[in-house]
Amino acid sequence: MNNKSLLVALGLAAVATLARADVNVGVLVSATGPAASLGIPEKNTFALMPTSIAGQKINYIILDDASDTTKAVTNTKKLISEDKVDAILGSTITPNSLAMIDVVAEAETPMISMAASARIIDPMDAKRRWVFKTPQNDAQMAVAIIEHMSKAGLKSVAYIGFSDAYGEGWWNEFSKVAEARGIKIVANERYNRSDTSVTGQVLKLMSANPEAVLIAGSGTPAALPQTTLKERGYKGLIYQTHGVANNDFLRVGGKSVEGTILPAGPVLVADQLPDSNPLKKSSLTYVHKYEAAYGAGSVSTFGAHAWDAGLLLANAIPIALKKANPGSKEFRAALRDALETTKELAGAHGVFNMTPQDHLGFDQRARVMVQIKDGKWKLEQ
Amino acid sequence: MDLQIALLLGQDGITNGAIYALLALALVLIFAVTRVIYIPQGEFVAFGALTLASLQAGKTPGTLWLLLGAGIAIALIDGALALHAGALRRMPRILLWNLGYPLVVAAVVFFAKPAGLPMLAQILLSLALVVPLGPMIYRLAYQPLAEASVLVLLIVSVAVHLTLVGLGLLFFGAEGSRTPAFSDASFELGSIHVTGQTLWVLVSSVLLIVALYFFFDRTLYGKALRATAINRVGARLMGISTVMAGKLSFLLAALIGAFSGILIAPITTIYYDTGFLIGLKGFVGAIVGGLASYPIAAAGAILVGLLESYSSFWASAFKEVIVFTLIIPVLVWRSLTTHHVEEEE
Repeated sequence: MNNKSLLVALGLAAVATLARADVNVGVLVSATGPAASLGIPEKNTFALMPTSIAGQKINYIILDDASDTTKAVTNTKKLISEDKVDAILGSTITPNSLAMIDVVAEAETPMISMAASARIIDPMDAKRRWVFKTPQNDAQMAVAIIEHMSKAGLKSVAYIGFSDAYGEGWWNEFSKVAEARGIKIVANERYNRSDTSVTGQVLKLMSANPEAVLIAGSGTPAALPQTTLKERGYKGLIYQTHGVANNDFLRVGGKSVEGTILPAGPVLVADQLPDSNPLKKSSLTYVHKYEAAYGAGSVSTFGAHAWDAGLLLANAIPIALKKANPGSKEFRAALRDALETTKELAGAHGVFNMTPQDHLGFDQRARVMVQIKDGKWKLEQ
Repeated sequence: MDLQIALLLGQDGITNGAIYALLALALVLIFAVTRVIYIPQGEFVAFGALTLASLQAGKTPGTLWLLLGAGIAIALIDGALALHAGALRRMPRILLWNLGYPLVVAAVVFFAKPAGLPMLAQILLSLALVVPLGPMIYRLAYQPLAEASVLVLLIVSVAVHLTLVGLGLLFFGAEGSRTPAFSDASFELGSIHVTGQTLWVLVSSVLLIVALYFFFDRTLYGKALRATAINRVGARLMGISTVMAGKLSFLLAALIGAFSGILIAPITTIYYDTGFLIGLKGFVGAIVGGLASYPIAAAGAILVGLLESYSSFWASAFKEVIVFTLIIPVLVWRSLTTHHVEEEE
């Protein structure tokens, strides 16, 4: 009798294990609208992610938010209430990610954002406990640029950026650090992503006679001020941000972006990293996977942020599975705790060392300085 | 600001203004003939430029599939209507224009290796791909509703615009393209430096405007369009087909739009959604002309270009605000000076 009940219990346990729900991951990307050039490689990246982790099936439910804040919030609610997701990866851009924080915190669902701004995870509070992010903070990249400028002995610099959150965010970080390091900003201009001419702004920049110009834009629209500067005969150094790190920028910019200096995630120059760099292997894994699926030269650093978000999750799921079953509140909490204790995880962009205060966990290894030479990205040693 | 900067800004403003002027003329033309406020006009700018860029990059432009698709749709609809009406003699013409023509263009794209052709041939091929989409869109979206109110036609325009932008993203991707300049020539005019492409834009715009003037003034088709614009019913009684007038005005607008795109593609990077804003600025120009007067619309568009250029120097963060705020005093002035008669709906 005893043996029999033991067998029944074992049998039930086996059935329970078999019937354990799949892990559902909600993915929100800006695959259309103004941020499409970032969102499309991210969306492509999710097709490469593992569909099974520690013997557990993973379902990715991918939705598009059209780079629109309202749609991001609606889709987040939909993922949580209808698809009962265990975690949310997204969104591509900062305004959307900020708007999603309230929703995921209320539903106690961990979220990993692929947007750049530090405000997504800082200051850490009861809501942001549930929020993580993978791209480097703007501040970290701004410091890298200013260090490079100091080393080159520059005294005056002009700034031109997008007239949106990206340009403003960079202006705040850059002007703060530049002032502290004794670099004078002699001009500050804005332009729109969709502008067809920036002649006015460029003439104003040049009349201030700066030794260098920093252009804060993302993707191919950041090439326009640089082309205009070159047309007008500007001879100084030109800096760009990591927002331009895709091959389309080189294609559109052509000769006029030659010599540009920018900070970027190591994945951009993965094959040039020294073998001793812990990121070389993990970055190249992503590059090879992506290019095998979408063609040589198609990889971009934006997709790599999505890859890192997937890696973080893949690392945390086995730990959380030991504590609770997918689909439950306990599983989501365990997943969050596991994400927060991520240690020395090498991704495509950097090494993650999370703490309760730092939900990004990058250090200096997460950025390199890159120069454009002969139409290619070259790692600066 | 010294004189040289003022001149450079002026040059930039007039170049952009010339493109806005072309679009403003197209918008006035379409509104006058068909009462459609043609929001998708800007998409033809983007399609023209990006089609040329894809041909040069050796890719098959997505607009080819749109042309084939729209052709098949029209052939099916018109074919079914002709069969139903028993008018079989209309069939060859329907099939020739909606199936034959796209197939011939497709054959050229696939077999002529456009990437290696001279630039002029690439431009003509791009126009051959994009321009017929104008009358096709008229046939599919507007012709069945030709007698509807201005508001209904406007709503259709918004729908067509959103559809074309979405297709643009699908066809050309999110990243922009630039094409090489028509010529690398540049001139020193006094103290300022004028590039060959700027001259191309200005000269082509002026030529196109003069050609339009002669078309409307001297040709039978031009006069038919003018008659339709002045009085639809009257024109119809005189034997002018309003369907023909609609298709012809959309054809001209598509030609102007696609050609504008090809003109500015070497000056700036064009994205799948660039056209909307360019079209909108042309629209501000057209509003200055009350959507009726060609010369005032063109002058208004040049004004928009200049305003944009100077405000980008003085207050770059508020440039668009300044440009689009222009529309408010213009509307106030127009509503005070014109006696508007409410249209019978």
